[in-house]
This record gives sequence, C-alpha cells and structure tokens, in this order.
Amino acid sequence: MKKYILKRLLQLIPILLVITFLSFGMMRLAGSDAVLQKMENTGMIVSQEVMDKARAELGLDKPFLTQYFVWLGNLLHGDMGTSYISGKAVFPAFISKLPATLLLTVVSIALTIIISIPLGVLAAVKQNRFTDYLIRAASFLGNSMPNFFVALLLMYFFAIRVKMFPVIASEVSMESVALPSLTLALAMSAKYLRQVRATVLDELSKDYVVGAKARGVRFSVTLYKSVLKACLVTIITLLTLSIGSLLGGTAIVESIFLWDGVGKLAVDAINMRDYPMIQAYVMWMAIIYVCVNLITDLSYRILDPRIRLGGEKA
Amino acid sequence: MSQEKKRPSLRNQKIRKNHIKTRLVVFVILAAGLLLTAVFAQQLCPYDPNVQDASISLQPPSAAHPAGTDRFGRDMLSRILVGLQTSVLATLSLVLIITLVGTVLGVLCGYYEGVLDSVVMRISDVCLAFPGLVFALAIAALLNGGLHNAVLALAVISWPKYARIARSQTLAQKSTNYIDAAKLAGNSSGQIIVKHILPNCAGPILVTSMLDIGTMLMELAGLSFLGLGAQPPTAELGNMMSGGRSMLQTYPWVILGPGIAIFIVVVIFNLLGDTVRDYLDPRNSRRK
Repeated sequence: MKKYILKRLLQLIPILLVITFLSFGMMRLAGSDAVLQKMENTGMIVSQEVMDKARAELGLDKPFLTQYFVWLGNLLHGDMGTSYISGKAVFPAFISKLPATLLLTVVSIALTIIISIPLGVLAAVKQNRFTDYLIRAASFLGNSMPNFFVALLLMYFFAIRVKMFPVIASEVSMESVALPSLTLALAMSAKYLRQVRATVLDELSKDYVVGAKARGVRFSVTLYKSVLKACLVTIITLLTLSIGSLLGGTAIVESIFLWDGVGKLAVDAINMRDYPMIQAYVMWMAIIYVCVNLITDLSYRILDPRIRLGGEKA
Repeated sequence: MSQEKKRPSLRNQKIRKNHIKTRLVVFVILAAGLLLTAVFAQQLCPYDPNVQDASISLQPPSAAHPAGTDRFGRDMLSRILVGLQTSVLATLSLVLIITLVGTVLGVLCGYYEGVLDSVVMRISDVCLAFPGLVFALAIAALLNGGLHNAVLALAVISWPKYARIARSQTLAQKSTNYIDAAKLAGNSSGQIIVKHILPNCAGPILVTSMLDIGTMLMELAGLSFLGLGAQPPTAELGNMMSGGRSMLQTYPWVILGPGIAIFIVVVIFNLLGDTVRDYLDPRNSRRK
C-alpha cells in the first residue's frame, strides 16, 4: 500500500508540471503581457523604448522556457503575480475566496448523496413499476435543464415568490448556501440517480442475492448489507467524476447567486480579461481535481478488497 | 432462471423492437421539425427580432406577442426562434466537429498504434485531466469570447471521448479474423478502415454524439450566459437569459421563454439519443 501511494505521488509530478505549463502557456498565448495591459488600463501611451525597458525589468524579454521556470520558481513561493485590475497579489485573493467555494461544493455533494442514492436504490428495487417510472422521468427532466435555468427557477420560486431564502448570498451562511447548492445538487442527482439505479440493478441480478434469498435472509438485509456495499465503489467513482463538472458549474451558479467564491472571482476576472487571475483559477482547479482523483483511487483500495488484493499481486 | 429473465420470448422481443421503432419514428419527426424550425427561423418570425420599440417594452405575453417583449420592446417569440437557430446550429456544428475529429484520430490511433497513438492518447489524457468546463471557460476567455470561440473551446475539451471510443472499437475489430482475411485478400489499409472498421465504430459513436447534443447545447448556452459565447446583439438562448437576469423578479417571461426553449430542445434530442441507443442495442435485436 505504501509503495502504491508513493508511486501515485511520483506520478503526480509530471501531471502537475503539465498543468502549470499549460496554465502558463495559455496566458502567453493570450497575446497580452503585463506591460501592455498596464498601459491599456492606465490609458497612458508610452514609447516602445519605455515598454521594452519595463519588459526587461519584468523579465518578459527572456525566452519562453526561461520565463516559465522563473514563474514556476515564484509559484513555489506562493507568488502568482499581481492582478491586472486591482494590482494586488493574485494568490492571497484567490485563497481567501476558496473556503466559500469548498463549502458550496461539499454541501452540494452531500445533497447529491442524500437525493440520488435513496431514489436510485428505490427505482432499482421497484424496477419497471410506477415509482421507478416516476423517478426516472424526474431524472430525465432534471438532465434536460441547464444549471443556470434551474438556478433562476429556484431563485424565482423560493426567493422571490416564497421568501424562504435570500435572493443573493450577501454572506456565507447555511441559509444562503441552500439555493446555490441545491441547484448544483439537482443537476448532479438527475445524472447519478440513473447510474445508481443501473449499478444496483446489476448487483441485484447476481447469484449471491438469489442465494441469500434461498437461505431466507430478509431482502432489506441483503440490500443494505451486501448490495449497497458492493455499489459503493461505483458511487464514489461517479461522485469523483462529478467534481470536474461541479467545479465548472460553481462558476455559473456562483455568479448568479453572487456567492463570493472563486467561481465568481474567475467569471469576473474573465470578463475583465484579468489573465493572472484566470491563470490562478485554472491551475488551482486542475490541481484540486487531480488531487481528488488521487484520493479516490486510494480510497478504492481501502473500500474494495478486490482491487486491493488484485493490485498487490501484480 | 436468470437466463430466461434476460432473454424474453421471440414474440416479446418483436413487440419491444416494434415499440422502439415507433418511438424512433416519433422522435426523428420531432427532431426534424425542430431542425426545420431552426433553419427557417427568420421566415417563421412574426416580427423582426432586432427591431426595438420602446413603447411596447416589457409587455407580458399577449395575443400580439405570445412570449411577451423584452426590455427594448423586441418580440420575444421572434428572438427565441432566432436564438434557437443560433444555439441549435452552433451545437450541431460543434458535435459534428468533435465526432469527426475524435473518430478519425481514434481510428487512426487504434489501427496504426505506434507513435501517433501514444502522442494522441497522452494529449487526450491531459484534456481529460482538466476539469472540463473550467478548461473551456479558460480557453473561451483566452480567445476573447464569441460564438465561434466558445464552440472551439468546447471542441478542444470534448473530442477525446470520441477518440477513445473509436480507438477501442478499432482495436477490438483489428484482432478479428475477418480483418485478417480482408488483408490477405489484398485490401489496402485505407480500404479496410473505410469498408470494415468505420462501419463497426459507427454505432457507439452515433449514440454518443446524439446524446451529446443536449449536453453540448446546455454547455454552449452556459458559456453564452457568462458572456463568453454569442455577443448581445445576436440572439442566442443563453445570452438572452443572461440579459434578462435582473428582470426575473418583475418580468419573468423574459427568462422563462428562452429557458423553456432550451429545455424543449434538450428533451427532444435526449429522447432521440436514448431511442437510437435502444434501437442499436443488440439485446433488443431479434437477430441475436
């Protein structure tokens, strides 16, 4: 197990290098650099010589790769450059918004679990009956609505018609997290409900379920003790896969509900072409995503003895 | 016992197959109707979608304006129709691009393997290692927005899925006897790929792309909603909703109209995709 973890951590290094390289390269491709941007922002027109001098001071005249390594070195010290707009350091600004987004993500995932697993299992157990059709229809409809539409509908009904929740999240609290996280959770639940149903159905058709039935084990016991346990790995995989779309989804939902997290920060930065901020956002999202994937892979080995034992033999 | 359960009687299979066929016909007609509506949107508009008339701004749905008017007094129904055209045609071209690029690359990788395969697969690994929509946001921002650039951004993150499906199908086909036989019969690689491998990849690829239409339409509308897709004078379902956001409280139809339009389009394409999948599923086929 230790060997495996070490191996995975080593594999992380090239991935992180690629992520940082792409994030850096993207910004360069944008065809705009700090000097040009500053000039545009202040509205001052300066001569080519002044610009060249400023570029030399910032090291922007050096070859691409040199610049990348300098940037990477600064990155390791937590220096991600300064925002074109506010002129403040990017990294602290980004980190200060991260907890709000993490809260939103965690609450959304919790809601997704609460909604999708019981309904998915129910639909599987009641296969091809009315309950099943109803749940599947709901999931189908949920799948066909973009999250910004769901967000606006929720806002209209729960914040404007019935004044249950605040329209905009003026502060980070349990009450204001409700609608944004519900928006994200509904979209994800609609997707994963079907897959939970399929997984449980698949598991229910296995011989051990028939065996348990023949031995007189109650169905509920088989369901909770064996079937659900066996489905756990699939469910976790699904949740991990959803992190990617969740991180992207938070950008839209946060900007609708004015939730003060990194998603809104990124959308604002995008609208103002604040490249260092966009760069920080993309890079950190990718790093979080990769780390979550790694943790999931590791958790499989703890949760599923088949993977653990099979893996160590090889 | 479980064997019997899995294989329904021939008669039941036939009924099921016919049932799927009926569904397929219904949804193909619906989707075709939708496409025709999108293509001929300009001709179907009751009013000019871009003519502003401040005297009738923000009117609720009425006989003259079935979907109401927006804040510039433009007819919402006309704008929704034209927006539908923008969204649907952009989505279809996006799906077409990623299907073609992904399939061609996937088949070539699977067939020739070697350096090309490693390079393309590593690139697709990188694309898949990034959280999709975040990457698309960044690329769209980098390219300075615009509908074409939003399509491009989504294409960059979406082709690997197709490449992987096509590659695995190709690898599976390549190891079969009939391909060896075809080679022995003197067919060139090109002939084998076109005649034998592509037709065998077509099913899964087709199903994936049909099911992707809905998702891509929503993601494209999402980018437009954030201001990274079609720019305001152009009517597009996503940016129409974004523009009406502040009016949700008092003039909800400005939001609801385009939202419902997106919903209907996605429902139709998802139903069609599901049906095509059921139709091509060998378990529903009588031959097996």
